[in-house]
Amino acid sequence: MNEANLIKSSIKAGEIVVRNVTKNYGAAHFSKEVVKDCSFTIERGKLTVMIGPSGCGKSTIIRLLAGFEQPTSGTLELNGQPIEGPARDRLVLFQETALFPWMTTYDNILYGPRARGEVTKETLELAEFLLNKVGLRDFREKYPPQLSGGMQRRAELARAMINNPQVMILDEPFRGLDAMTKELMWEYYSALYEENRRTNFFVTTDIDEAIFLADRLLIMTNIPTQVRAVLEVDMPRPRKLADLVENDRSNEIKMEALSILHEEAMKSFSRGSKAAADFVDAYSKRMAKT
Amino acid sequence: MRNGKPPLIDSIYWRGAIAIVVFLLLWEMGSLSKVWIKWESFEWLRNTLTAMGFKPAYLPWVGAIPAPTEVLHAWQGVIRDPGYWQSWYMSLFRVMAGFIAAMLIGIPFGLLLAVSRTAHGVGFPVFEVLRPIPPLAWVPASIIFWPTQEMSIAFVTFLGAFYTIVINVVGGARAIDLRYFQAARSMGSSQRDIFWRIILPGTLPSIMVGSAVGMGITWEVVVAAEMISGGGSQIGGTSGGGLGFFIWNSYVGGSYEQIVVGMISIGIAGFLSSELLRWLGHRVTPWLRLR
Ligand SMILES: Nc1ncnc2c1ncn2[C@@H]1O[C@H](COP(=O)(O)OP(=O)(O)O)[C@@H](O)[C@H]1O
Ligand SMILES: [Mg+2]
Repeated sequence: MNEANLIKSSIKAGEIVVRNVTKNYGAAHFSKEVVKDCSFTIERGKLTVMIGPSGCGKSTIIRLLAGFEQPTSGTLELNGQPIEGPARDRLVLFQETALFPWMTTYDNILYGPRARGEVTKETLELAEFLLNKVGLRDFREKYPPQLSGGMQRRAELARAMINNPQVMILDEPFRGLDAMTKELMWEYYSALYEENRRTNFFVTTDIDEAIFLADRLLIMTNIPTQVRAVLEVDMPRPRKLADLVENDRSNEIKMEALSILHEEAMKSFSRGSKAAADFVDAYSKRMAKT
Repeated sequence: MRNGKPPLIDSIYWRGAIAIVVFLLLWEMGSLSKVWIKWESFEWLRNTLTAMGFKPAYLPWVGAIPAPTEVLHAWQGVIRDPGYWQSWYMSLFRVMAGFIAAMLIGIPFGLLLAVSRTAHGVGFPVFEVLRPIPPLAWVPASIIFWPTQEMSIAFVTFLGAFYTIVINVVGGARAIDLRYFQAARSMGSSQRDIFWRIILPGTLPSIMVGSAVGMGITWEVVVAAEMISGGGSQIGGTSGGGLGFFIWNSYVGGSYEQIVVGMISIGIAGFLSSELLRWLGHRVTPWLRLR
């Protein structure tokens, strides 16, 4: 397909390096350390998934990557250049929809090119292509409140992709969707990734989601957060959801990831964290099932 | 979403129509009570109340108000009087002039206060000090200040809507979710683009709410201002005074039916302007209808 080539040929995958980043909130004595001496790489063309307990500081890292906030110390670089503010080369999908409610799906998707005055014949073709791609052709004139949760997420994916970012950053994008829609979205999103192999950074708290999607899995410590372990998820693509249950390799990785998360939780548990206690509880149930 | 014309809407209209008819019937019966029941029939009630310390002259009585049929009759006479329509025209004109001026000045002013820290720092304190002064308190000062009475009425009318519109615009613009700004900035929006495509549409619902409330206040203010100032009667004799003056004039002239005609006319005029605004609101904020 002509348009498919259009999107593929123009992709320039970026690489992000995070070095010794610390982020504190609040003034001197009352300051709260959320991210502590954190280092990792979001490799070019790969889908990196970050998993960690809720409240550990993942969204904080995302705001730093997006350039909405600056680190207290340490550096963040995209292709060797320091990240200084928000820009179209790193687009973020938040957990809650950020589609503009006053624009139709089509106008939302075309927002970026119009804002930059870059509406060409190719852009319009690309918009059509993406509308089809995310299955919203019949919903182009609908407003976001008229779309289901899953459709909103897909519209947002299209809105980000038309800007051809070097890195796509997603913060728990499928949280709050019902289980069925969520699984559909996993397949959808991974197919989209497999097609163009853009650099993707995906944050989640769901271990199944993490393993199904990831090339690399970053497991985070509790707050103040750091990378606790990096697992390579060396399962072939394209992946199917059935693999998740049947594939031995997948189960192996899952066990490994869970035991690391469990260890982390136990550490905080001994320090009296409620969230950790909940996790240990849920973990024990999960292990009993498998 | 609903398709076609749902029976629900019809039943709402029916209920409304029936309620109005029942109201008119009760009113008619209340008014006619002065015929049905002679004053003497209330002797016992009056005696009891007097014994309790109330004086009859202090008690309200629905029978003192003209009945709907009498009002309708008076209306039939008035409807042929160009002076009545002139009153409509004058009040409508003043409301529209004041309201449109309030929109033209209030919306940009509110947006300015919302987007600029400096403007907010300078403008908001003054605005907040002036805001508690009721528009009607401005009438005398306004008559002194403005060269014509017409201008002073329009000014007071303007004030009525202005404060409400500004407060709503500022509140609405400030309540726009931070995520929209972050998303827009990430995609390469300029400040200008963010203003026209995020802030303005994001504030539109609040602008419409502020306008609807402002329109209501405008009618209250214009009628009162017309009564106080004599309605600029020098402009077109008694007929140039607007509906407020029409009511006042009827009262002075002892034509009680016409008072009620004037009141209902204002009710209708207010209702029509609200409907117009609602229709406009639907047109400019289509996404709000869909929830
Ligand atoms: N702006 C802020 N000021 C103070 N504390 C904050 C701020 N943003 C986040 N935090 C704190 O940082 C911690 C981590 O938050 P967050 O990054 O949202 O975690 P996660 O996304 O992993 O659930 C929370 O305890 C939160 O209270
Ligand atoms: Mg989060």
